[in-house]
Amino acid sequence: MNELSTTLLTCALCAYVAGMVGALVFQRAERLANGIGFGLAAVGGCCGVLSCASALATGAATASRSFELFPSLIPYVRFSIHADALGCFFGMIVSLLSVALSVFSLGYARGYYGRKNVGVLGALFNVLLLTTTLVFLADHAFFFLIAWEIMALSAYCLVSFEHEHEETRSAGVLYFVMSHIGTCCIILGFLLLFQASGSYGFDSFHALGDKLSAGQRNAVFLLFLFGFGVKAGMVPVHIWLPAAHPVAPSNVSALMSGVLIKTGIYGMTRVFFDFMGTPPNWWGVTVLAIGTISAVLGVLFALMEHDLKRLLAYHSIENIGIILMGMGAALMFLHSGHSMLASLALIAALYHTINHASFKALLFLGAGAVLHATHTRNMEEMGGLAKRMRWTALFFLVGAVAISALPPLNGFVSEWLTYQSLLQGFGTTTSLIRLMFPLSGAMLALTGALAAACFVKAFGIAFLAQPRSEHARHAHEAPFTMLLGQGILVAACVWLGLFPTVFLKLLDPVTQQLTGQQLSQQLSLAGGLVLSGGSAQGGTVSTLGITLMLLCLLPVPLVLWVLFARRSRTRIAPTWDCGLRGLTPQMEYTATGFSKPLRMIFKALFRPRREVQREYDFSPYFTTTLRFESHVEEMFQTRIYRPLRWLVLRASRRLRALQAGSLQAYLIYIFITLLLLLMFAL
Amino acid sequence: MKVLAILLQTLLLLALAPLVSGCIKNWKAKLQNRRGPRPWQVYFDIAKFLRKDMVISEHASWIFSFAPYVVFLTALLAGLMVPMINTPAPLSLFGGVLAVIGLLALGRFFLALAGLDPASAFGGMGSSREMTISAIAEPAMMLAIFTVAITAGSTDLSQIAQSTQSATWKLLNPAHVLAFAALFIVLLAETGRIPVDNPATHLELTMIHEAMLLEYSGRYLAFMEWGAAIKQLVLMTLLLNVFFPVGLAGPGDGAAALGISLLAYLGKLLALSSAVVVVETTNAKLRLFRVPDLLSAAFVLATLALLSSFLFQ
Repeated sequence: MNELSTTLLTCALCAYVAGMVGALVFQRAERLANGIGFGLAAVGGCCGVLSCASALATGAATASRSFELFPSLIPYVRFSIHADALGCFFGMIVSLLSVALSVFSLGYARGYYGRKNVGVLGALFNVLLLTTTLVFLADHAFFFLIAWEIMALSAYCLVSFEHEHEETRSAGVLYFVMSHIGTCCIILGFLLLFQASGSYGFDSFHALGDKLSAGQRNAVFLLFLFGFGVKAGMVPVHIWLPAAHPVAPSNVSALMSGVLIKTGIYGMTRVFFDFMGTPPNWWGVTVLAIGTISAVLGVLFALMEHDLKRLLAYHSIENIGIILMGMGAALMFLHSGHSMLASLALIAALYHTINHASFKALLFLGAGAVLHATHTRNMEEMGGLAKRMRWTALFFLVGAVAISALPPLNGFVSEWLTYQSLLQGFGTTTSLIRLMFPLSGAMLALTGALAAACFVKAFGIAFLAQPRSEHARHAHEAPFTMLLGQGILVAACVWLGLFPTVFLKLLDPVTQQLTGQQLSQQLSLAGGLVLSGGSAQGGTVSTLGITLMLLCLLPVPLVLWVLFARRSRTRIAPTWDCGLRGLTPQMEYTATGFSKPLRMIFKALFRPRREVQREYDFSPYFTTTLRFESHVEEMFQTRIYRPLRWLVLRASRRLRALQAGSLQAYLIYIFITLLLLLMFAL
Repeated sequence: MKVLAILLQTLLLLALAPLVSGCIKNWKAKLQNRRGPRPWQVYFDIAKFLRKDMVISEHASWIFSFAPYVVFLTALLAGLMVPMINTPAPLSLFGGVLAVIGLLALGRFFLALAGLDPASAFGGMGSSREMTISAIAEPAMMLAIFTVAITAGSTDLSQIAQSTQSATWKLLNPAHVLAFAALFIVLLAETGRIPVDNPATHLELTMIHEAMLLEYSGRYLAFMEWGAAIKQLVLMTLLLNVFFPVGLAGPGDGAAALGISLLAYLGKLLALSSAVVVVETTNAKLRLFRVPDLLSAAFVLATLALLSSFLFQ
């Protein structure tokens, strides 16, 4: 990392701090607080993007030096930053989103004027950005944990920002509890690592796994997998995610889905690839299996949602699953010594990480703009917004195409790389376990197709056809800053989709650091136009070529138009209504109806329940009132978490006997503990 | 040379696709003791649609006008990545089988959106069913293709065809036979053929593909119908040239080889179309919630194909 990027990085961190302080100082003047808080966050994001991208582009990140942020007065704790390639890559993601989300927030926060304290929102937003950046750059376990905890706390405060609603409060508490169970595991993991290395610095942890005993290694793996998995939202510890993300303000939902859950991915990458040396095979198998299950279940639960933001939150679980698939495959290849394939799978995972950050943030911003205009998150009350919110609709559509992994946008590219690594993985071993690769590839295909179905539903029900409520009928386009924020992310999605070979150069230092390979040369063919899966024979794809060819083929229908249809006219008329007196919005297909076939096909999983109450006067065919209710069982809550909670409550009721309130009993406890500790020490 | 290949294959796709649809219609009628439309009737239909005025729903947005072009162009472009009469396919560098499936999915995405756009319940119903069926067909299709891709060591369709060609005995490899059966079922589902969808139905409640097109007329309908025909041809070609690349001309072959290859291709297409006709005539349309059973049978076949490729390697 050279002087310039170090300076820029410091500027970015200072801008976040200044934004936090400024927003708090000027909280009485809402406009000023909004401008300062989010304006400085945008500036900080710009500096961060420039710093990290330039460090990655020059490749200097591999030979980076660490520097102390400020001298520490506490023993064992060092506040030092080490912007290595992996940290820079994730720092780039958070900075990129920081720019887009802050610009969006300038307009979005206006909705809170007079209702809520915008200064506090801006300050917490800056704290979250600052601590997330520090999590990616921290070079010391204690510093990492401090940043990690402040990040979790500020995220909790932001989730609970609209705390008037009961739903928000309980979601906030759920997030808080889950997050701390995760942190607990991470602390234990770091303590195990400390035991072996004798220091808390990350540099002393490097490739430590080879020196640990097998039992310790596996314990460290499981602790970190669980701890970071909670933050990432992998199944089955995902339940906080669909509760917490939707209730937060939309700019915060975007930040949480885009970046916050990626801190879990960062942590896993850091620990599994940097700290743990050569992994045993079952690690990769476990991660690949969890990833596959998360991907499929995430998208299936997303399909059942008609709350637009909850739907997007479930898709985060799906995409974390896809990222974990790449990571699991990479671990398996590292075990079998195929470092080139491991790099390819890791590239696929990291590429999907930045892709998911960009399109998921874009979709959450779109949902925020819709929420802003219609005051509802329920898709059944939207509709017809494509005509009323033209730009938001277009941007949301771009995000929907990207997340459904359709060419030529970025989701397609990273899933293509995932497919390639899975397919090539079949040849790496001769054991039966290799069947996992094509099978999880098939599940990835299922995930992609279901995601497409889900986004046809989300876009089609929310933006197309007739408006389904008065609010939707009177919806208006979002203000310019909100559109600009989305526009930045649209540009990111398109760029990442069309120019993968350029972007892969930025990943070179990262794979060099983690697997010792640089693949961007090998993956780029025909001067960067074509992306290959490692060799020209193995398979190639060119999203830019596809786009250009689509444009080249465009003359075919246009020529036909001119040849045949020159004189034809176009008439606007009502939709065919089977002879009724006009179609009403009640006759449209609903989001619930749209996903009904899939609900029936996967009924073993969803256990759908419905209640229909009808009242009629003389014949059941002429109903006067009808009440319809439909529920889907949330399997993990009812099967795992509810019994677990019951057990915990029962155990604590038993334990309450210990806490009798008598001073003598407490003194005896202390005495016994002391005795035990002394016996242990001697 | 490359440009010429692209042009020729585009023309072939455009010209052949309606004929295949027409032939299937005609033979199906013959087999059911009806006279049926002439095989080339589809050309006249498309020409007629192109000339007609259009009626567009007042509720529709720009998606409605945009979708026909996307459906038509993605099917055409996907066709250029599949080897028809010679390897490599003109655009095989720009994408292999994953890109072909992705492009067809992009077309379907917009088709389903266009079904929802005019605010009619029929269109929404069609979209919902189309996306459901394609979603459960996808894993079977991918797994069957992975089986051959792993054997060939490539996701490039031209490479797969060449590797199948170079070892002819593999044609009767159990893995290939099972994968072919799985893909054939998927073909029936993806092209809206009878056990899954009835292309000739007039009852809105049983429609899938046609329901999404109900509000289309004129030029847009022509592009939609033509696009669907091209998509069908692309999938059939994929099936034929991946599993039976008999007679497929190689990179350096001359005009004579290309001519033989074209004849062989037409012959194979004839056989596959007849198979589709026989299946359509001898089967009844399945209830919607029976379709998943059929497609999971395809998935099981594909899994068996994978297992046997593992066992017999």
